[in-house]
Parts: sequence; C-alpha cells; structure tokens
Amino acid sequence: MKIIACIKQVPDSEAKVKAEGGNITWGDAPLVINPFDEYAVEGALQQKEAVSGSTVTALCIGPESARDALKHALAMGADDAILVSDPALNELDTVGAARVLAAAIQKIGGVDMVVFGRQTLDNGAGITPAQTARVLGWPMLGLAGQIKVQDGSVRVERVIEEGRQNVSAKLPAVLSVVQSIGEPRYPSFMGIRKASKATIPVWSLGDLGISAPSAIVKRAELMNPPVRETAVEIIAGDSPEAIAETLVEKILAEKVL
Amino acid sequence: MKTFVYIDHFKGEVQPASWEAIGLGKSLGSVSAVVFGFGDAVASVARSAFEHGADEVFVADDAALEDCRSEPYAATLSALASSQSPDLILFPTTARTRELSAMSAVDLNTGVLTDISGLDVSGDQLIATRPIYEGKVLEKTVCSGKPVMATIRGRAFPKPEADASKTGTATKVEVKADALTTVEGYSASESAVNLGDAGVIVSGGRGVSNNPSLQPPAGLDDKQAEVWRAQQGFALVGELANVLGGAVGASRAAVDGGYIPYSHQVGQTGKVVTPDLYIACGISGAIQHLVGMRNAKVIVAINKDSDAPIFKQARYGVVGDLFQIVPALTAAFKKKLGK
Repeated sequence: MKIIACIKQVPDSEAKVKAEGGNITWGDAPLVINPFDEYAVEGALQQKEAVSGSTVTALCIGPESARDALKHALAMGADDAILVSDPALNELDTVGAARVLAAAIQKIGGVDMVVFGRQTLDNGAGITPAQTARVLGWPMLGLAGQIKVQDGSVRVERVIEEGRQNVSAKLPAVLSVVQSIGEPRYPSFMGIRKASKATIPVWSLGDLGISAPSAIVKRAELMNPPVRETAVEIIAGDSPEAIAETLVEKILAEKVL
Repeated sequence: MKTFVYIDHFKGEVQPASWEAIGLGKSLGSVSAVVFGFGDAVASVARSAFEHGADEVFVADDAALEDCRSEPYAATLSALASSQSPDLILFPTTARTRELSAMSAVDLNTGVLTDISGLDVSGDQLIATRPIYEGKVLEKTVCSGKPVMATIRGRAFPKPEADASKTGTATKVEVKADALTTVEGYSASESAVNLGDAGVIVSGGRGVSNNPSLQPPAGLDDKQAEVWRAQQGFALVGELANVLGGAVGASRAAVDGGYIPYSHQVGQTGKVVTPDLYIACGISGAIQHLVGMRNAKVIVAINKDSDAPIFKQARYGVVGDLFQIVPALTAAFKKKLGK
C-alpha cells in the first residue's frame, strides 16, 4: 500500500503567539511538526506495519524550514519525504492547500491512502482533509480513531460528538485521525540518523504543473483577544462547608445559573 | 441578504447552534433553513426550523441521506446552492459540518470561515471573526467567493425563541446520492459531550489524581492507581456539574494522563468554550487551557497552589484541597437550588 502522511510545520503549542504590527509572532519558540500530524504519521506507520510491502511518504507544503518537520516524520519511520515549496504559495487558503496537495498526490501516483491530522494548531479550521478528498474525488473518512485495511477497502471507527461510527470505503481514500489512534512513537536513534542523511526533494508549482491557486479566503485584520482585567477574590473560611457556603452566595449573586 | 442555514442534527437531535445561526441570518435578511436526513426526524426538524424563525425550509428526505455521510450531503447542498444562489450559508460548528461545508466549498469554488464568533457587514462584504493559534490570536477574515460559507461557534450569537405558532410548508429538494462511504454501525458514547453549548462547565486537571488518602484496590501498578485516583476525583467533579446542569471539562494534563476521554478537553484543539460559569478544579492553568476558557463569564478556580496561573483569570478563587471543597460546594448548591 502506498500511504501519504500530510503534515505541516507550526509554532510549538507552548509558544506565546501574538498579533504584532499586523503579523503573527511567537518569540523564540521553535517551529515543530503540527502535534496532530504526529498522529497522522503514527496512523500511517501502523498501516505500513499492518500491510506488508507498504511505504509511507510524508508530504508538506511550506518554506525551506519545513524540512525539519519532514525530518521528524522520517525519524519516526516514514520512508521518504517531499516538500512542496514555492514563493507563490505565501497566500494559501485551505481550498488552495487542498488543490496543491491533491496535485502532489496525483504526481506521486498510485497512492492508496492519504492520512491527515484532525487540524493544525495555526489556522485550526480542520477542513483541508475533506477538501483534499473532494478535489481528488476520493472518499473521506474523517476523525478516525482506528483503521483497518482489508481487500482493497478501509474501515475506520470515527469519533464524532454523539459517539462512534464504523464507516468503510474503497481505497484510495483520504483519512483524518484523532488521538485514540495511539501515541505517536518517538524517533529512534537509527531513525534520526537516517533522517539527517535523507535528501528531501522540493517540488515547485511548476513541477506540479499547476499555477498558484488564488486565495478565496483572506485575512483582513489580526487582533489579540481582549485582556480581562480581573482581580481574583479569594474565598476563605474556617471549614470547607463555610467556604462553600460563601462561594455559592457569590456565584448565585452573579446570576449566571 | 439571502441566507441559508444548514440545520445540523443527528437522528433528529438538533445541534442548538443551528438555531443561533437562524437568529444570525434573520438579523441580516431572509433565512431559508436546510434539513437533510432520512425518516420522521426530517419533518420534525423542519417544523422546529419554522418555529425558530426560518422563512422557508428546504428538505431532502432520502435513504441515501441516512447516517450523515458527507459526500451525498455535500452534493445535495451544492446543487441546491447552485440553483438558489444564496449570499451566505451558515452552519453550526460540528465534526459533520466541518466536512460538509469543506466539500461544498470545493464544489462551489468558494471558501469556509470556520468557528466564527462574530460577523460584521461592511458595505456588501461580510467580515467574520475567528480564533487562530488555539485562540491565542483572533483574525478578521473575508471570503471573496459566493456564497460565503461560515460555521458559527455555539453560544456566540443569540438564540431565537421558538414560537409554535410559526409554521410553513417545507420545499422538497432533489437528492444527489453519490455516496462513497458506507456506515456499518454506530454506538452512542458514554463520553459524548458538547462543551460548546454548555452554560456551565466544571473541569478537572492533574490535581484530581492527587488525593493520597484514597486507597486504590489491590493489584494496580502505579499508573493504574493514579488513573483510579483521578477517576474518583472526576466523580466529584461530575457530581458538581450534575447539580448545576453542566458539562464536565478537563485540562490537557488530565486527558494526557488517561483520566478522561479527549472529548472533554478544553483548549488546544481550538475548542474554546464560553459558558456562563466555569469552575476549574485542580487545574494550574497552562496557556492552552487559559485561551480555551478565559471568555467564560464567571470563572471560579479551586487549587492548592496559590501561585497557580489559573487564579489570574478567575473571578473567585479558593486556595484549598478540591477533595474537600468540591463535595462541600456540591452539597451547598444542592441545598440552595433545592435539589
């Protein structure tokens, strides 16, 4: 089976991200593989192990620096990696990203399964996986917690608000995975060595044979969320019961119940 | 402005933000509700849509639309939008509508603004406010395609009152049955939770496992004993939530510790909650958690550590042992609320 894990590079989750002068800043926090995409790589590697003769290719759109995110995927165990990078891709919306990813997946050719994380930490829309499936015309199996491939079909347990659904589709298919797929494995020593030596091809839009998709969704303004000026009132008392009684009075007086 | 509102329901159970979307649409002009599904639920949801203020309701009731599969839903919605040319299509933000709106946007060559908490009109342009970077930053964003598609955050817009005297006749639409997936089964989950619509959330963090006076059953290793302790702690959190008619939330530390399913996590996945009352029990207040809950109207923090960052966001704080305070609070609320 030929499996693609789509990943993105984002500022670390601990980063103090701010809007400054119309730009996003994150101080000296590191750029890392999107944490949800580590689950995508993990899910892809599990399927590689389950179906003999499979390969995993990590695919990323981003600047040159995004090589580091791809190297993380290689160190985890991906067989190879491809970076799609082009100055014309600076203003990419999710539909645009889906069209570029779909073109890359078509160029790779013979792909059976594409695995995404549920969303990215930066834009957070969580819609690129379904849009990529739509552009490719492939079935979408979103929010998969378990994956099983058999006889050219894939069956997933999908985690939705109301519970769990078992859904199946013919391959090729696009999947997004959630945390219950299993904790992403740590890169092995051998994996890190292999990743450091790997050559990662860079594809431009020209290589994909497409022009830059024009952005339909555009950012007009960036804001920091309003800072709340609250002075906390510490409730003290002689006993837990006394504290509870005072606190209940205060909460009821707020008229929020 | 001509707005379509997609009413998201699962087996007839409507996501409440669907009604809030009708309210938002009505503030901009006319509203046509869109109800898809199979069976009796469709007619009853359509009736509710009229009662909540829809001027018109489009329904598609077909076996191909059973089980909320994205492909036939998207094809049907895209065909309807192509023939009716709405200016705007609103959805409540759910797992289903993220997929549905995403696919329809590809079909219609437009864009989706997800999880919006504000929508302003400027000339003939709609400007949406939405969180990015886990809610650490907000962006105002515009969509140049038509229709503009947006999924709205629960509790961000006022909910219209249902008025049983408002009725109408639903219009049937043609179904595009191009299913690519098969739903083989469904099981309701004990952890099914919708924090986005909750008016009260009581959350637990790493601190819920920190009750040394509890003696775990014999034969558990250290990790199992920790999870067992945490589950006793979450039982207390759950009782308080129950008395207040609220939902149980959790910090990432509690979810990563295996204390409670991921569906309860506040923060980090862009799951930003805005309840009227948020009670944080044994949560220190990592930045991801704070951006997920800081817009709650009233925040109460209970923590042993008086230096915990959560106190900086809280209106009321108790520096103390949650295993004593939370049960006392549950008892006091029971008494006051007459339960």
